[in-house]
Amino acid sequence: MAVMREITYQEAIREAMSQMMRESDDVFVMGEDIGVYGGAFGVTRGMIEEFGSERIRNTPISESAIAGCAVGAALTGMRPILELQFSDFITIATDQIVNQAAKLRYMFGGKAKVPMVVRTPGGSGTGAAAQHSQSLEAWMAHIPGLKVVQPSTAYDAKGLLKAAVDDDNPVIFYEHKLLYRTKCHVPESLYSIPLGQADVKREGKDVTVVATSIMVHKALEAARLLEQDGIDVEVVDPRTLVPLDEETLVQSVKKTGRLVVVYEAVKRGGFGAEIVSVIAESEAFDYLDAPIVRLGGLPVPIPYNPELEKHAVPQVPDIVEAVKRTLAYS
Amino acid sequence: MPNITQSTLKLTRDEAVHLLHQMWLVRFFDEKVDEFFARGLIHGTTHLCVGQEATAVGACAVLRPMDKITSTHRGHGHCIAKGADPKRMMAELFGRETGYCKGKGGSMHIADLEKGNLGANGIVGGGIPLATGAALTSKMKQLGYVVLCFFGDGAANEGSFHEGLNLASIWKLPVVFFCENNQYGMSGSVKEMFNIENIADRAKAYGIPGAVIDGNDIVQVMDTVETAVQRARDGHGPTLIEAKTYRWKGHSKSDARKYRTREEEQAWRARDPIARFRALLLEEGLLDVGTMDEIEREAAREIEDAVAYAESSPMPALESILDDVYA
Repeated sequence: MAVMREITYQEAIREAMSQMMRESDDVFVMGEDIGVYGGAFGVTRGMIEEFGSERIRNTPISESAIAGCAVGAALTGMRPILELQFSDFITIATDQIVNQAAKLRYMFGGKAKVPMVVRTPGGSGTGAAAQHSQSLEAWMAHIPGLKVVQPSTAYDAKGLLKAAVDDDNPVIFYEHKLLYRTKCHVPESLYSIPLGQADVKREGKDVTVVATSIMVHKALEAARLLEQDGIDVEVVDPRTLVPLDEETLVQSVKKTGRLVVVYEAVKRGGFGAEIVSVIAESEAFDYLDAPIVRLGGLPVPIPYNPELEKHAVPQVPDIVEAVKRTLAYS
Repeated sequence: MPNITQSTLKLTRDEAVHLLHQMWLVRFFDEKVDEFFARGLIHGTTHLCVGQEATAVGACAVLRPMDKITSTHRGHGHCIAKGADPKRMMAELFGRETGYCKGKGGSMHIADLEKGNLGANGIVGGGIPLATGAALTSKMKQLGYVVLCFFGDGAANEGSFHEGLNLASIWKLPVVFFCENNQYGMSGSVKEMFNIENIADRAKAYGIPGAVIDGNDIVQVMDTVETAVQRARDGHGPTLIEAKTYRWKGHSKSDARKYRTREEEQAWRARDPIARFRALLLEEGLLDVGTMDEIEREAAREIEDAVAYAESSPMPALESILDDVYA
């Protein structure tokens, strides 16, 4: 019996990339400062020593060109993994991701394949303020032609990254800066978690909390606190926004009859609104015993001051309060 | 215009026939499309390259079948020159199921991957980064192909031009950047939008060779591109070529051409790339007038056949709207 190791989210991503690169010469990584520097968050640390500078490609600070270069390489038979240093920089790469990568297969009548992954860290909590802390995943999820992944654990990150690289279509893989150091059991061998499979992170019968990325951990913490009050919370992590496992969400809400949706991105127009709509339009609607509660970020650029920064996005007490509010409704 | 080398003819008769035939195909294709738009038989929009036949045909003529191109919104000529079937192109413009994109792409998005055409592009400058990526594949997999990246003068003021040329230069990618300077980005004259005489002067900024050529002289286009392609294939990296040319028609179908004079248009029409090539072939004794006229008639017939094929092709079924959807 192999002992289950614990490694960090960051190590799990690095391990997945390294194992896939050993399996296939088509897989390579490109991005800013990913060589000897090891990437802004250290994810590619040590990889250039094993794979060399041809396959761990340090790029200039040219997000449009490197995104488009990944599209062109994917279109012609490679499986590039593009590390976009901060997910905010997707604004500069957007033409290539939205107008090119997402469109080519359909626009060319199904002939083209664009097997590329954009790995990019999102989220607040590092004091980097408004231009390095956003959660813009709803933009990408809105675009037909892009798959969108948001792993919340090291285990999910490794398996989902494998599935993303194996996919013949562009995948935006949102990592979270505050999750890079979090640990959990991760098998050494390479495994795949299919895109479009939600994960029930905690089973419960009273309230469903659907949370994404770092909010999964906050929801689990809230669930532990609520357990002391005898409240049994179910925490569901969609893991991938596109494709979205609607079935698991609907079944959970049918079971509990109450729903809280929590996400870090600005509440207005965020992906949580889509999740709420899925439930509202589904058979689960009839099972609801209380209005749905949606928690998201305030409509502000993420502020620098640490207390203001925390205040801008949902925290554990907000989730506890929201769960109690939905239970108080009768 | 500086830096222009004299044309040197070294064509065989068969090559001359092929080139002239291709130029006529490009011209007749776009003139037919123009006519159909005027008559309301095709919808949407289109961008015609009438008057620019020497750049598309000349540049592609020196490529090998395995080489690739990226094209632009004004891309019918590139597509034909890289070996596409005008029947399937016309079917695409008619929105038919038999079109290159099953009727879902239209004029601005025709791709012919089998022939190495990575697609027209509706985004100005959008193909430049794509070309670097396709060239990176060639380099990493040692496939030996070169990517010829077509773009217009307008694209040279996009950020993707700067980023893409720099990337290709530092990585010594096998790509040739071919700027068709047709004097206008929609209504914006190069005189108004650039403070330099030649776009290819920017090559210096990327540490790569630049060349300014007469884009209406097919032989000069071939010579220059051939040198650049060889350099790329030998692993020495990219070249920036600027071919000065002119689009005879407006930017797209609804252009009254108020931003330029009819006199200017006439002056450029006098430099018709097809007429010049015919004159050259005659002068060199490679083809006689009768043969050249027959080549012209044959090309016209092929375009008529393409129209017939398009008109008789089925429309895509409404259910096909979700085909090829994955996310």
